[in-house]
Formats: sequence, structure tokens, C-alpha cells
Amino acid sequence: MSPPVPSKILTDDVSLLMVLIDSNPHFWSSIKPHFSFSKFLSHVLAFLNSILLLNQLNQVVVIATGINSCGYVFDSSSGSVSQRAESLLPKLEEFAENDESLSERDDDSGNGVGSSLLSGSLSMALCYIQRVFRSGPLHPQPRIICLHGSPDGPGQYVAIMNSIFSAQRSMVPIDSCVIGIQHSAFLQQASYITGGVYLKPQQLDGLFQYLATVFATDLHSRNFLQLPKPVGVDFRASCFCHKNTIDMGFICSVCLSIFCKHQKKCSTCGSIFGQAQTRDPSASQQRK
Amino acid sequence: MANDPSSPVKLNVEFRTIKGHKFTKDGTKQALLNLTQDQGGNYIFEFENFPDRNVCKDFVASAIALSGEAGRTVPEKSAVPIQDEQLSAAEMERRIKLLQEDSDLQKLHKQFVIGGILSEAEFWATRKKLLEQNYSRRPKQRVALKNDMWSTKPLADGQSNRVTFNLTPEIILQIFAEKPAVRQAYLNFVPNKMTEKEFWTKYSRAEYLHSTKNVIAAAAEAAEDEELAVFLKQDDMLVNEARKKIRQVDPTLDMEADEGDDYMHLPIQDHGLPRNDNKDVLDSQYEPYRRSFSQHLNQHAAVVLQGRVIDVELGDTRSVAEALARTKHAELAKDASDVYLDKERLERISRMTEIEDLQAPRDPAVAPLSIKDPRDYFDSQQANAFSTLGDTVSGAKQLKCSVSTREAYCSLKECISEIKFQGLTEPTINSEVAFKVLNGLAQNISSNKYHLGRNPNESILDSLPKITREELLLHWSSIQELLKHFWSSYPITTKYLLTKATKLKDAMSQIYPKLQEIKESVQSDLRHQVSLLVQPMLQALDAAFAHYDADVQNRSARSGERPNGF
Repeated sequence: MSPPVPSKILTDDVSLLMVLIDSNPHFWSSIKPHFSFSKFLSHVLAFLNSILLLNQLNQVVVIATGINSCGYVFDSSSGSVSQRAESLLPKLEEFAENDESLSERDDDSGNGVGSSLLSGSLSMALCYIQRVFRSGPLHPQPRIICLHGSPDGPGQYVAIMNSIFSAQRSMVPIDSCVIGIQHSAFLQQASYITGGVYLKPQQLDGLFQYLATVFATDLHSRNFLQLPKPVGVDFRASCFCHKNTIDMGFICSVCLSIFCKHQKKCSTCGSIFGQAQTRDPSASQQRK
Repeated sequence: MANDPSSPVKLNVEFRTIKGHKFTKDGTKQALLNLTQDQGGNYIFEFENFPDRNVCKDFVASAIALSGEAGRTVPEKSAVPIQDEQLSAAEMERRIKLLQEDSDLQKLHKQFVIGGILSEAEFWATRKKLLEQNYSRRPKQRVALKNDMWSTKPLADGQSNRVTFNLTPEIILQIFAEKPAVRQAYLNFVPNKMTEKEFWTKYSRAEYLHSTKNVIAAAAEAAEDEELAVFLKQDDMLVNEARKKIRQVDPTLDMEADEGDDYMHLPIQDHGLPRNDNKDVLDSQYEPYRRSFSQHLNQHAAVVLQGRVIDVELGDTRSVAEALARTKHAELAKDASDVYLDKERLERISRMTEIEDLQAPRDPAVAPLSIKDPRDYFDSQQANAFSTLGDTVSGAKQLKCSVSTREAYCSLKECISEIKFQGLTEPTINSEVAFKVLNGLAQNISSNKYHLGRNPNESILDSLPKITREELLLHWSSIQELLKHFWSSYPITTKYLLTKATKLKDAMSQIYPKLQEIKESVQSDLRHQVSLLVQPMLQALDAAFAHYDADVQNRSARSGERPNGF
């Protein structure tokens, strides 16, 4: 068992910002007419520099989320002098090369946009935060911001939920800024559970303004600022047979799977349900 | 049990527990008075003549009447009406305690049971688990057999040469359990050859002889009296039993158990126990009359550990003896016919004596897992998320990537190098765009605040005034209770259920306008939230009413068809 993390000195305005950048090439090429990766990068770099200007003790770490791998591309605390955000560019290029070399197939045209490895980068961010917790006297006030656009990969559901729960446990809020066309259910849940902010900007060319207004605030100031909230997170269940959202339904008493109509047998665990009671005893009498 | 004036057993039964009395008619053969207890037992008294019996009968009748009234005091605190249910005092206590502990339950109870909508039985019928929990905190223990071996020690009266033995039913049970020969002798001799009193006298004499440790005298008396000899000799039945027990020892548990452990056949040297007294070897004719202390101790211990095997009342000696004999027979029969058990034992022995290294690997008996694809479940959640945020169109519109992977990466890298060479765009952001964004955000935030409140995790209930909140919660729990009983009384098959359903429906229709009132009384800015809260309650009530009306219509239509009615 690892030794317990010692308690730290809390300071008001310090923040450790973990930025997860979506580097899914398919996504960026599909969104090209609206928003290009270079414009995106320029907004983000300006934002990162301004974070570093807010407080001398602020720290920024950038992790790129590819489709085959994830990697650290920028760490403001490495080196003797705090670096400017532009130094992430060569590392990002390297990362893209690496990611490309890892992909197996060449012809993926018309396949739809795949998902990027959000679970991997979330885990890497959380690991970095844990490391910082165990060193130095100051509490880093960490938070994670996901700049994400790729669609959610259903295969990563369990891994992402696990990272969300560990973030919740370490009290690290996960902010989400969704730059894609669709909303992301995973990130909605993540922000809701960890107490972060979820935002889908209406105008992507004002991205810097969104970032500076909403996501630049440190954790202490959030207590007296009002940040945008989503209208609601839908926690309603959907039935296993038709994937419809339902309010009232039938539940298997063995495995708790949900069905909208009465079934003879549970399709998940195979248990057989009993007979439904007939309402009208006189009807059976008449039959006799 | 026959009348035995020498027996010190006194009958002490409280009149509280006696429910009724029966008696034989005057002039029949026996004058009997039968007192029945409420737990089902009864005591039969035989009188010498009828006038005596009648006097007793009258006394008993008045005593029962008195104690009946005294016992049925209604506890003041809860004023619970006892209806046709037979409640024991313990049950009442439990219910009162539960009501005292849980104030919500008490409120519901007051509302429905005192108000006459539900009966006691119905109210508690669904709460059996609660009652049981309270009750089972007191574990029920049965009294085991006494571990006292010297209870048959006679009291020697110093003045005269009389020795008194005390025999209670408990002791008799123990004697029969420990010494099957005595039990067998009882069944054989009584009441054919001798009465019970004589039997026990002889037995006591045998015990006395044993206690004097005078083996020669014992042999002498045994030679004279055949029946006494039975008590003095070794117990053959016991011997056989012991032997059988040894054979049944599972060698996988105790490899060492063998015939040497048969405690009945221990050599007279008592297996290592030092015996200071007579080491002289007696004639072989006296051997059977010698009793070994260790044998007796072992047998006594075995019986005590076995516990009570029979449930017969201890009053009637004969029935006790018969019951014990029956149990023993049943055991014997079971052992004899239990070939399957033997086979299983052999199998187990062979399995346990296997040498693990030499065995082939055995597949564990498991059922294969069937893990479902998480995609099945997850895809639906995505649709939910979109519909909540009001994005109906984009859910359908999937992004199409018509570019190959290679090209995609190329364009990505191009973008990066573009910035590297050109630097950041200047200005980073257009001022008009920035202004628009700020305005949009501000509006969004203020409208959200108006609708949701500061903290998304805060519930509506907390923002209501306390009285309203309490009322709403109370209505909610009452509605739950009423609906539970209402739906459980369908389908209606008896008149009782019909009246019950009608009563419940009336109670529910009383709550209905109260909910409407609450909705209206709340401040205007909270009204929407409260109506959202109250909505499902009203819906549930409406569903119940609709069902009730439909059922009533059906019923009247049907009774119109059949002339003989329902």
C-alpha cells in the first residue's frame, strides 16, 4: 500500500491544469470546413500562456489524445525556466508521427470518425496529479480540462467511468469543452459527478473567449463565481430490448436488467419469470 | 401420570394460562376434571367421588373467569382496538415498541388504523419483517439435559434404616436415555409383571447396591431376583450401540479410531486411571456385576451432548420410554438401510487418500460466463444525452470521414507546422465574436440561475418552507401505504376485498384535493417545481381511481347479465 498523502498548505490562486487535447486526425479532417486544427491550436496556446501568467506557481500539463496512443506533450514545470506554451508544437508533431506509425490499416475511408482514447489520457492525467500530490509542500489544486470532439467509444465506457470515480475520490474536477458536433454523454457524466463545468461552445471561432471566461478560473474562485451549468443530466434508464428511455418498466430480480414489456425470460441472465396473475377470475369460470 | 403420593412432584399451574375446563358427567365411571391450557396442553385430575369434583369444578370456573378479565387489560398508551385477531401479549408488546421507536410509522398508524380505514391485521401484515427483527433479538434457547450424574444418590436417613430416592420426570428421562436396558425392562415389566412403583423400588435397590460397591452382595441378590438382575448386569444394548458407533467413525476425520476406543469394552483396569482400592482379582462369576466408572461417565457424556431427542411430555413414563425406544429403532433402521451413505463414505475416503501429485488435472466445475457487450447498453445512453440537451438533429448526423488515415495525419501535421512557422494568429480572436460570446454566456448563466438555483445538487424540497415540505412528505408516505393496500386487494373476489377497496378509494380521494391545495399555496416562483413534484403522486392516484371505476363498471355489467348476482 502506498503511504498516505501528507496534508498540504493550501493557497488560494494556484492551479495545476491538465489539458487533454483531442488529436484525432479523422475528427479534425471531418470538421475542417468549420474549424481547423491550426486555429484551434492558436486559441489553446494563447489560453495556456494566459494561465501561466495568472500566477507564478501555476502549472500546466498538456496531454494529447490520439487514436492509438496518448502522450505528454507539454509540461510547464520541466526545465529551469517556466516555458511558453509554444514549445509543445514540436512535441505534438512527434506525437502525431508516433500515433500514425501505430495505426495498422491504411484505407479507412468512409468509415466514420473513430473515437480517441479518452480513458487513456484521463488516466495519465490522474497519475500525474497523484505524483504531484506526493511531492512538495503546496497543495496543487489540480483540475482537468478536456478539449474533446471525437464521438464517445462505447468500448471505453467502463474505463472512463473508473477514471471518473477516481477523480471524484481525489476531488479533481473534470471540466469539459466539447468542440465536436455532438454532445458527449461521457463528459457530461464526468463533469456532473466530479463537480466540473460542461460546455459546448456555440461559436467555435470564439473559443478563446469561452476558455478565458469559463475555464480559466481556479478552484478557489469558483466558490463565488457563477459558471454555466447544463440544463440537466439525464439519468433515466433505457430498456435493454429496444433502447427506449422509460420511466416505468419491469426489472429482473436477479440481474436488475430493465425491460419495457413483460418478458418470459431475462435476456441477460437467463432466469425465467413467473406467470403474471390474471385479473378476472370470472372470465375463467365462463370458459368452463 | 398415576397418583404417586411418594413422588414429590407438585403441580403448579397458574390460572392465567388455563383457558377452559371439561368434566365427565356425574355417574360415569371416573370423576375427571380436565383443565385445558391455551397453549394446547391439558391436565386431567381424577377425583374419588363426584361431589368433590363438582366443588373443584365450580371453583375452577370462577377462577378462570376472574383471571380472564384480569389478563385482558388494554394498554393505555396506544388504545389499539383488538378485533377478531387473537393476539398474544408478546405480540402486542412488540407492536407497541415498534410504534414508539418510529414516529413516522406511528403517524401512519394513527391515520389509518385509528381512522378506521385499515384494520390492524392489514397494517401489520406487510410489516412482519420489522416485528420479527425485534423479536429475534431474544434468542430462544431450549433447556438441555442436566449434567448432574449423582442425582440418583440416595438420602440415607440416619435415624432409621430407610433410604429415600427422588425421581422426577427429568431424572427418569435421563435414566432411560442412558441405560437402554432399564428402558427395555420398563417396557417389558410394567404394567404386566409389576407396577411402576415396584419397578422403581427395584431399580433404586439396584442403585443402592451399586453405590455400596459390594459386588458380592450384588451377585447374591441378583441370583435371587430375576428382575433385579437386569439392573445389576452389564447393559448389552449399550454395548452393541457403542460398537456400532465405532464402526461409523469416518476414517477421513479420525484415522485412529478403532475398537480400542470402544469405551464399553475397556479392560477393568480402566485404561490408565489409577484405582487405589481393591486390586484383588475376583472370581469370574462376579465380573458381570462390576460396573466401571469410566464407562458410566462416557455414556452419560454422550447422552448429554446428544441433547433432547424426543419431544414427549415428561409426565407419562411409559410414553417417554416408548418414544425413546422408537427413536432408537428409527436410527437403527436408518443405518441399516443407508447403503447410499456407506457408498458416499467410501467414495470420500478414496478421494481423500489420493496423492495429489499423481492425479491428472481436473477441470473445475463451473458454468461459463456470459458477458454482454457493453456497446449494447451504452448506445442507448448516448441517445439520452442528446435528447436532454435539446440537440435533436445532430444525434442523427454522423461525421463522415472520407479521407484515408494517412491523409488525415498529413493534414494534422501540416496544421501544426503552419503554426510553427506563422506563429499565432493576430488577433487571437475577433472582438465582435468575443463580445457575442460574452453576452451569450452571461445570458445563459442568468437564465439557468433563475431556473435551477445555485447548486445543481440541491433539491427542490430544501427550498420549500418547512411546513409545506413536511406535509408533502407525509402525503407521499400515506399515498404509498394506501396504494399498496389498494393494488393488493385486486382482483376482487370477496366482499371483504370490495369494502376494503372502497374504503381505500375514499381515503385517497380525500388526499387528492389536499395536494391541489398545496400546489396553489406555494409561492409563484416555486410553483412550477412543486407541481413537478406533485405530478407523479396525482398520476398514481388517478391511475388507481380509473382502475377502481372501470372495475365497478365491469362488476355492474356482469351482475346485470347474471340474475343470481355476484
